[in-house]
Amino acid sequence: MLQAAVIGIILYAAHGLLVNTQANLEARNIASGFGFLSLESGMPISNSLLPYSPADSYGFAFFIGIINTLYVAFFGIILATLIGILIGVARVSNNWLISKLAEIYVEVLRNIPLLLTLFFTYTIALAALPIPKKSLMPFEGFFLNNRGIYLPRPIPESGFLIVCLAVLIGIIAAFMIHWFAKRLHRETGRTIPSFTLGLIAMVAIPAIAWWLTRGPIAWEFAVLKGFNFQGGLVIRPEFSALMIGLVLYTAAFIGENVRSGIQSVDMGQINSSKALGLTTGLTMRKVILPQALRVIIPATTNDYTSLVKNSSLAVAIGYPDMVSIGGTIIGQNDQAIEIIAMWMGVYMTINLMVSMIMNWLNAKVQHIGR
Amino acid sequence: MTTLSDAGIEIQVFKPMPDLPAPLESVGIIGWLKGNLFSSKINSLLTFAALFFLWKTLPPLLSWTIIDATWSFSSHPCPTEKTGACWTFIFVKFRVLMVGLYPQELLWRPILTFVIFGGVCVLTALRVLQTKLLITLWFFLPLPLFFLINGGMGIETVEQSLWGGLMLSTGLAAIGIIMSIPLGILLALGRRSSMVVVKSLCIGIIESIRGVPLITILFMASVMLPIFLPQGMSINNLLRVQIGIILFSSAYIAEVVRGGLQAISQGQIEAASSLGLKNWTITCFIVLPQALRHVIPSLIGRCVALFKDTSLVIIVGLLDFLGMIKASAQDPDWLGYDAEAYVFCALIYWIICFSMSQYGKSIEHHNQW
Repeated sequence: MLQAAVIGIILYAAHGLLVNTQANLEARNIASGFGFLSLESGMPISNSLLPYSPADSYGFAFFIGIINTLYVAFFGIILATLIGILIGVARVSNNWLISKLAEIYVEVLRNIPLLLTLFFTYTIALAALPIPKKSLMPFEGFFLNNRGIYLPRPIPESGFLIVCLAVLIGIIAAFMIHWFAKRLHRETGRTIPSFTLGLIAMVAIPAIAWWLTRGPIAWEFAVLKGFNFQGGLVIRPEFSALMIGLVLYTAAFIGENVRSGIQSVDMGQINSSKALGLTTGLTMRKVILPQALRVIIPATTNDYTSLVKNSSLAVAIGYPDMVSIGGTIIGQNDQAIEIIAMWMGVYMTINLMVSMIMNWLNAKVQHIGR
Repeated sequence: MTTLSDAGIEIQVFKPMPDLPAPLESVGIIGWLKGNLFSSKINSLLTFAALFFLWKTLPPLLSWTIIDATWSFSSHPCPTEKTGACWTFIFVKFRVLMVGLYPQELLWRPILTFVIFGGVCVLTALRVLQTKLLITLWFFLPLPLFFLINGGMGIETVEQSLWGGLMLSTGLAAIGIIMSIPLGILLALGRRSSMVVVKSLCIGIIESIRGVPLITILFMASVMLPIFLPQGMSINNLLRVQIGIILFSSAYIAEVVRGGLQAISQGQIEAASSLGLKNWTITCFIVLPQALRHVIPSLIGRCVALFKDTSLVIIVGLLDFLGMIKASAQDPDWLGYDAEAYVFCALIYWIICFSMSQYGKSIEHHNQW
């Protein structure tokens, strides 16, 4: 009975909404539907990973935005994880100074809005950097100025494919060594330094291929022409500022997860593994980490999805992510409903993918009762 | 010591010598240093690295913020020969940063509001009021305060486009949280309901809001809401943004409350229903009070997060605290003081958020409220 009433109310509300929306759209002369996606956008995009010109369609412009969002999210997650682990480990360090510094870092970053951190990194970084003519040059070919970071651009030459293949072979070899070491350990109880061997294989095989093909990569350096640099690989300040802000902010949260994960492991476990004669490294790898990960992974999944969502703050400092480009499209043709639906679809897809990967990881580290 | 026993034989009784003092390097300040900073080679190295870092960063920071800074209250730009921060800029802009463009002659109203709001916060933090009274107070607090700021019914109304600064941020966050808690509880209960329609509706609302960033919700509220309303009916931008914030926050609070609901054992509900209580009585008087008590610390965490998140309203054109900071930094008469503006902004946000989270921690510690 109640359910029927609820359905009735929902249907009535939906109907009312639809009627209102249609009337409003007509009154404001706004088109509906996704037809606009194939129209010429006419908007410039400053940071694009793919070749793009204002003559391309709205659909393609939005796609560039998706790519940019994914790009930020992917590298942001990796960097935030690395720094977060560092912070978390520093937080439980028995060195008082280090743990206090890490605590200050966490408490400061967590209690300040991310948007403020972004403004801070963007404004201060831009103001502190010199103009192109007075660029900083920490290494030959690297330039640092207020237009961005300029790196040499690698240009593959003949034989580059062989090196790529060698990298692949190196990775496969490392996996095989790991698998072989595991089998050897299971069957005979002997251990071999599989990690070191794998690392050697991963480095040595590509190095040999590199040497045999005589370095098949040429570098295109950035050169100062007039007021700005030409050529080379450029990382724009918007991207750097967004990345630094996002990574520092998320790392504080991940650091807290890592800390609580490590502290959740019973001290008795660590003492007994020491009593059994395990080395510090082995204790960390075989006793602390597997148990800590069970606490760390679910909490960190949340932080990863927040990072993906927080990357939308790019709009505030002018990095053309999906929200920024979508906002420009709304400004041009008022088709807000379609754009917002697309935003929701893409964010949910990305976050679902992140959650799926993390749930899979989580299932792997769960305690299996025997 | 020797004693003579009954038999007259001398017995040696063992008497320990007095304890030696602990070695100098394990007690006192030296012991602390050795244990906490120089316990191993790597530790010593790390300590020196940290000290070097502090030596390189702390003195310039101190001299910029305090020693070389200008602290005068004049309305003229700072002398350029001073290398430190120019806090005069903050003093000059202070009113704008706090209340936005609120009329000067009506300034007593925001100040009174601030005093009342601060007083309630202090009462909460000191835990002098009864819980029920406290909840009622917080629930009805926004109404008189809104009236005080907005005016109407005899006292002069102040246009909402003139509101801004920290007042706006706090208002958006406070009303957002207070309104979204009941809404979130409803959503959480709906999500655990046995009715399929209600349940799927609630899951749909919660997950679709949680799946997208706040910015898109704000965009939606400020661009799409007018399209959904009947023609002729319009609501102003501030209210639209507030609705967006409430919706956003209620989805997160629903998840927090759901965690609390799941912590209530089934036995409680069975016991209550075997006593003959009705379903809604069980929910209101048995389940919810216990569930909410469990989640108070996480709710305060949500308050902190929401207060930080209100800074995003700058993107849909409202001048909240951060917005005012940014606008002040771009004032042509006071150019070049971005760093001062942002540092001040960070300090205020930090003080508010840190005290809130410390309060949450203290509740968690005492497990009482």
